[in-house]
Amino acid sequence: MPVQIKLPTILRKHADGAPRVDADGSTLRELLKDLESRYPGITKNVVTDDGALHRFVNVYVNDEDVRYLGSLETELKDGDTVSILPAVAGGRV
Amino acid sequence: MSFTEEQVRRYARHIILPGIGGDGQRKLLDAKVLVIGAGGLGSPIAMYLAAAGVGTIGVLDFDRVDESNLQRQVIHATADVGRPKVASAADRMRAINPTIEVIEHDTILSSANAFEIIEPYDVVIDGTDNFPVRYLVNDATQFLGKPLVYGSIYQWDGQATVFTPGQEAPCYRCLFPQPPPPGTVPSCAEGGVFGVLPGIVGSIQATEAVKLITGKGEPLIGRLLIFDALEMDFQTVKVRWDADCPVCGKEPTITELIDYDAFCGVPSGATPTEAEHGVSTNPTT
Repeated sequence: MPVQIKLPTILRKHADGAPRVDADGSTLRELLKDLESRYPGITKNVVTDDGALHRFVNVYVNDEDVRYLGSLETELKDGDTVSILPAVAGGRV
Repeated sequence: MSFTEEQVRRYARHIILPGIGGDGQRKLLDAKVLVIGAGGLGSPIAMYLAAAGVGTIGVLDFDRVDESNLQRQVIHATADVGRPKVASAADRMRAINPTIEVIEHDTILSSANAFEIIEPYDVVIDGTDNFPVRYLVNDATQFLGKPLVYGSIYQWDGQATVFTPGQEAPCYRCLFPQPPPPGTVPSCAEGGVFGVLPGIVGSIQATEAVKLITGKGEPLIGRLLIFDALEMDFQTVKVRWDADCPVCGKEPTITELIDYDAFCGVPSGATPTEAEHGVSTNPTT
């Protein structure tokens, strides 16, 4: 089941600069695993070594933060859009 | 609600605007806003709020204008290179609108001075460039009960939202409970930043500040605006109040300002900018 993933600029280097990529999975965990297999290294700063979500990166299914859905076990359906959002601090540099 | 003839001339387009009017313009004239950071985000924020007639505007920055700032920090001019940013910004704001009061805070915001500096203001706008000060500004505004207009940028991406203390509304810690470990997210000096980006995100922050002051429209509370300049994509996602938040949750565990360098894992005693830039002394911008 293909799901579209919106990538922040910082992760696009792993995907040849693509702003959006497709991956498969019926849950967020499966989706990110598939994403990692397609673009090695892309989820390094999204998922911890222990298999949890980092707390400085937010993941949204459509407009909802997955921490308030089922976290990595959030179920996905056809047509969902997953957005990855890292904390960024820039502005005044 | 009386205006001088000069005020009627200067603010005519707001006074006749449905949604601001004479009542809204009076609120702007009476408002006190603190802009933290006189850089990329702070430039449009400070200039638009000055133009709008926000009666008292504080500008806080400790840095000096560098040539590499001029690509995006449009409040500063080439002749300002080497000057304190707050002095340069204040000159430009007074040139735009000599009738407002500009307060220069030429200092680093810290746990020691944050309450004293922020307390007199009605609204705080975050235009900083580093995580320790962002968490400090969040916590201080939460403890003081001041609304905070948040904006952040990186390369081509921007974020903006509004945090209002109380009423089970989210704060920055609800959005990002922890800062990224140092080194995982490059600074703008390392990663570059699109020059127009802070103009857009800062203008959104100025918009939200005017809405908070005038009480008009639907502020970005509980919603995070995500902007992608390359794709020209605006997306809004929900920001939930976290009942377990250590600062604004039901049972807060952080009730006073802490050591934010330690919290963010940056070397103790380093200024935020030294910590941010320490790995790169040759900004790519």
